[in-house]
Amino acid sequence: MSAAAFELQETEDGWCLEATGTWSLGAGLGNIDGKLRRFAEKSMSKALKIDLSGVETMDTAGAMMLQRTMRACSQREQMADDDALYGFDNVKEGYKGLLAAAANHLSPCEIDVNQGSAFVLMLERVGRGTEDLMHEILRLVSYLGEVLVGLYTVLSRPKRLRMTSIVHHMEESGLNATLIVGLMSFLIGAVIAFMGATVLAQFGAQIFVVELIGITVLREFGVLLTAILIAGRSGSAFTAAIGSMKLREEIDAMEAMGINPMEALVLPRLIAMVFVLPALTFIAAMMGLIGGGLVAWLQMDISPAMFLTRTQDIIVVENFMVGMVKAPFFAFAISVIGCYQGMRVSGSAEELGRHTTISVVQSLFTVILLDAGFAIFFMELNI
Amino acid sequence: MTARGEKGDPIIEIKKLTTGFGSQIIHQDLDLTVKRGEILGIVGGSGTGKSVLLKAIIGLIKPRSGAIRIFGEDVLSMNDRDHREIDRRLGVLFQDGALFSAMTVAQNVIAPLREHLNLSSELQQEIASMKITLSGLPLDAATKYPSELSGGMRKRAGLARALAMDPDIVFLDEPTAGLDPIGAAKFDDLIISLKESLGLTVFMVTHDLDSLHRACDRVAVLAEKKVRAIGPLEEVRKNDHPWIQEYFSGPRGRAALASSVQEQDRSGDREATVE
Repeated sequence: MSAAAFELQETEDGWCLEATGTWSLGAGLGNIDGKLRRFAEKSMSKALKIDLSGVETMDTAGAMMLQRTMRACSQREQMADDDALYGFDNVKEGYKGLLAAAANHLSPCEIDVNQGSAFVLMLERVGRGTEDLMHEILRLVSYLGEVLVGLYTVLSRPKRLRMTSIVHHMEESGLNATLIVGLMSFLIGAVIAFMGATVLAQFGAQIFVVELIGITVLREFGVLLTAILIAGRSGSAFTAAIGSMKLREEIDAMEAMGINPMEALVLPRLIAMVFVLPALTFIAAMMGLIGGGLVAWLQMDISPAMFLTRTQDIIVVENFMVGMVKAPFFAFAISVIGCYQGMRVSGSAEELGRHTTISVVQSLFTVILLDAGFAIFFMELNI
Repeated sequence: MTARGEKGDPIIEIKKLTTGFGSQIIHQDLDLTVKRGEILGIVGGSGTGKSVLLKAIIGLIKPRSGAIRIFGEDVLSMNDRDHREIDRRLGVLFQDGALFSAMTVAQNVIAPLREHLNLSSELQQEIASMKITLSGLPLDAATKYPSELSGGMRKRAGLARALAMDPDIVFLDEPTAGLDPIGAAKFDDLIISLKESLGLTVFMVTHDLDSLHRACDRVAVLAEKKVRAIGPLEEVRKNDHPWIQEYFSGPRGRAALASSVQEQDRSGDREATVE
């Protein structure tokens, strides 16, 4: 197999191009492309013969390059339009079809769309992003309205509640998450105690570690970290499940059968979540106290009995209630966003992945936003 | 591309191929030979392993035992580098095109060129646009994304990508499934014309009886883990295997036969009037 090559001869009536070797992409056709292009420009005004007697094999790219050279000027192109083999000599039988096919499909195309300058593009993206954000918020709020209407319809006729589905989702997003939520809170409680121990020891106020653990775990960390974990675990699962049903047209099938996807898919998830997140928050709070108490006992010699009395003395029920009250709201936000993003999936599996990511980011953002709102609210109430 | 062999030489030889998943055996001692320059249609009921056979030949599934020779070389005992050399000479059209969704059609076609060859971007674009029009797509489809194309156009774009490296053999997995009859007939014509102009060998898994009549030079029937019958359609039809009888002599089989006979008559008439 010899590399693709060509030789040029200037004769009385024009140029003669003698192609030799293997005219295929694998045999270095790319290397002579530039040379051939330059020749094509030079040969514009003259007649051209292409002699293929030295060509061993040829592929479509080879045929295309030869036809391109032949048709470099309009005069030759006109002749070649009538006869695809015009100007070619010694064409082997097997390559006539190839040359003809190449002649019929010789058309340069713009492959990369002209995109304009980078600065304008950036401005455009900023503008589009802002507009998208506004629309996204509007759509989310309108979906929230839809969910509320659906919830009202179902709750006013409780027979339409899908209990099996609700219980299934309670197990899936609640029961199956207890271990991870409990373990996480235990460790968080322990970490807070350790940190408190080092800092408070400097002031000789080690005993206040009980208040530190009690207030942070019960009021904020228990519920917030549980919500964050559940947003990552169940919120994304909602999006993925509903989104893949959307992709496989299962949602369309449901609507065609007269089953309301809101009642069948969204509300059971929402209701299950609103019930299990407070339960998980309770577990998280207790495990956090146990973790913190254990560290206080082992590290700072605060006995469990003392830890408990002090907790009862100082940590009023309010702190615990403040934490628990937030849980259903977080649950509501996480499940509405998870289901909404699932319903937004369309087209391809790539979209599914994108919306799952968006779902998690949006729920985390919303949960933290709500938490900040609650903090201000309770501060105003002096709780 | 090394020297082309003669038309009719065996280009793929499969000997005593056994494949399976877990305890399930899909093929047992299957023999099949594909000849250079032919369009071979593979038919068989659901679950007879047509697509598995295709995947075994192109190396996506490892067979339990047996031998597969492509271009006379044993591909099963080959190292990865040699296998990639063979892969470059094969083009595959998957069922729904399997286009890369993040790229435009043109970028899809260029992808294998860019991966394997060092070409100027001008030449890459020229080759891509040629393959795109060869596959029967309008040029403005080049800048579209796969999600913007119809099913038939996605198949054509997939074919353009399969042809990008000028393969010797093209594997088509149900190329006409999901196309309307007009689109399917056009696709058949496209395959026939590509075979003739580019000298392709085509290995086509299909359920489409019209495709078998119009396009295929030979037909192989998979049943009971083996190739039960192989040959030109007329011969295979005479086989008395019950599935084959039901397949070709059922209502749809007869309809496809009738339409292909009609068409031959029409083209015969045309020739007669020309004379």
